Amino acid sequence: MDIQPLDFEKPIFDLERRLQDLKTHSDKHDVDLDSAVAAIEAKLRDTRRQVYGNLTAWQRVQIARHTQRPFALDYIERCFTDWSELHGDRRFADDRAMPCGLAMFDGQRCVVITHQKGRNTKENVMRNFGCAHPEGYRKALRVMWLGEKFRMPIISLIDTPGAYPGIGSEERHISEAIAVNLREMIRLRAPIIAAVIGEGGSGGALGIGVADRVLILENAYYSVISPEACSAILWRDRRHAAEAAEALKLTAQDLLKLEVVDEIVPEPEGGAHRDYDTATKNLGSALRRNLAQISKIPIDELLKQRYEKFRRFGSFTGDKAATASARS
Amino acid sequence: MPIFKKPTIKAESGRKREIPRGLFQKCPGCAEVVPEIELVQNQRVCPRCDYHFAQPAKERLQNLLDPETFVEMDADLKSVDVLRFQGMVTYKDRLKKYRESTGLLDAVISGYGILDGYKVAIAVMDFGFLAATMGSVVGERITRTIEYGTAERCAVIIVAASGGARMYEGMLSLMQMAKTSGALARHAEARLPYISVLTNPTTAGVMASFGSLGDVIIAEPRSMIGFAGPRVIKETTHQDLPQRFQTAEFLEEHGLIDMIVHRKKMREQISRLLSYFVVTP
Repeated sequence: MDIQPLDFEKPIFDLERRLQDLKTHSDKHDVDLDSAVAAIEAKLRDTRRQVYGNLTAWQRVQIARHTQRPFALDYIERCFTDWSELHGDRRFADDRAMPCGLAMFDGQRCVVITHQKGRNTKENVMRNFGCAHPEGYRKALRVMWLGEKFRMPIISLIDTPGAYPGIGSEERHISEAIAVNLREMIRLRAPIIAAVIGEGGSGGALGIGVADRVLILENAYYSVISPEACSAILWRDRRHAAEAAEALKLTAQDLLKLEVVDEIVPEPEGGAHRDYDTATKNLGSALRRNLAQISKIPIDELLKQRYEKFRRFGSFTGDKAATASARS
Repeated sequence: MPIFKKPTIKAESGRKREIPRGLFQKCPGCAEVVPEIELVQNQRVCPRCDYHFAQPAKERLQNLLDPETFVEMDADLKSVDVLRFQGMVTYKDRLKKYRESTGLLDAVISGYGILDGYKVAIAVMDFGFLAATMGSVVGERITRTIEYGTAERCAVIIVAASGGARMYEGMLSLMQMAKTSGALARHAEARLPYISVLTNPTTAGVMASFGSLGDVIIAEPRSMIGFAGPRVIKETTHQDLPQRFQTAEFLEEHGLIDMIVHRKKMREQISRLLSYFVVTP
């Protein structure tokens, strides 16, 4: 599969092409261009380090949205076995933007809830660009309850631009679907791990994001509002998305500092789409380690910790003593 | 010389909030010009067409609670510019501006008081402060209100109005949705009532958390209530929006809220509900 370069990857792409041309030329005409090849290879290494070592927030957002990036079902195929998808919210429809089901992970039964985007027009029509309707969130909750009932941990793979802003979404109460998930996930009696694998778009992401451990891939983002929408509100113009992305502190690195996420899962150089196997291996081992940790904690203790984890969020000045007493 | 002359009086530009008493407001419902003083006396409901104007949180508390019973809690909590937000305007400047124009520290007033004899924990959002967006302080004060209600075993009442999560505090704002909903989970487990009152407008992050989780959900007439903004929906779907889309009446028709209650009947209606839920008033 040819990987489509992003705008900022152009210098790397150009060098790669020149290198390829040189090699072909050298083979075809039997000329020794080894020194030239070596020089370009060195330059390529430097350029890669330069570009990928200094990614801006906006560049990471672009990587997170890359259409060739591994999506939830790619991870399910590679990290899990015996995937058994469960369809429908038993009320209205099956939301194809949120595949949910049962799978084996490392010999352990678990519940997997996801967002799934499409790679081409046809897939995107089916997956609605990973933007779920209320049915998706309601299906996810129904399936999570199976995890509680049959004592299976829950793994949530988040990758959505946001919940779908549409007429049907509002008519069937997307707000309530998300709100109920927030309330129920806080008290769900099963270990929960959430991983933001691509886009963590606001309430639509949080709607399956209340968990004991929240992981994020190195180039994924998680934000209260999309950089474009933030730009439209603050600058009255969508063209300031790059500045908005910076201001929103939405990268994995920023979120770790804010303690919104617990761990960053490393990606192969240039992004997960460049090496599915490494990306899968890294996510798999992070899930394995965290699952082992939280599975050991007695469920009542785990629920207490989960509540506290989300209760602590916030930054303000004022009477802290009252907080402490209110929490006890 | 003409007998009639256009008056040369110009509307003074500036902050809406600073309109001194005795001036007039144009009703968005019927276009009638209503004296401010008459509006305040009428709980900011248009005397001609019943349009519900935005009501400052302080006035609302006075109208809902028994006189002199409100005790404010956590009044000193102040937002911090934790992200050092850089944009067209800085968060610090915005906060300063709204603190001056509203006299509030943030977009909610919370505490406890007596409503028609019932003790209640109550939080009222004030749309005049940065569109009552929910950042850390709003989330914290609402959570503490709920926790107070749970600890004191009394009902929780939240009067919502909000443009959603406050983007100036980034993901910490989004997390307030989980925090407030978590507190409501515990309140519900303690079998204590929570009444959610939605006013114009209540949207996005607040609707997708505590706004939608009431045992009973009440809306004021003609309030705009929804998840996504109508403009975003129109741009995304390229569809014409149905009539009265995202109004309280639309939500009632679709079975999403329990009732629509006129502001002047709100206190009485909440009291009646509490009489069912609170065993010993």
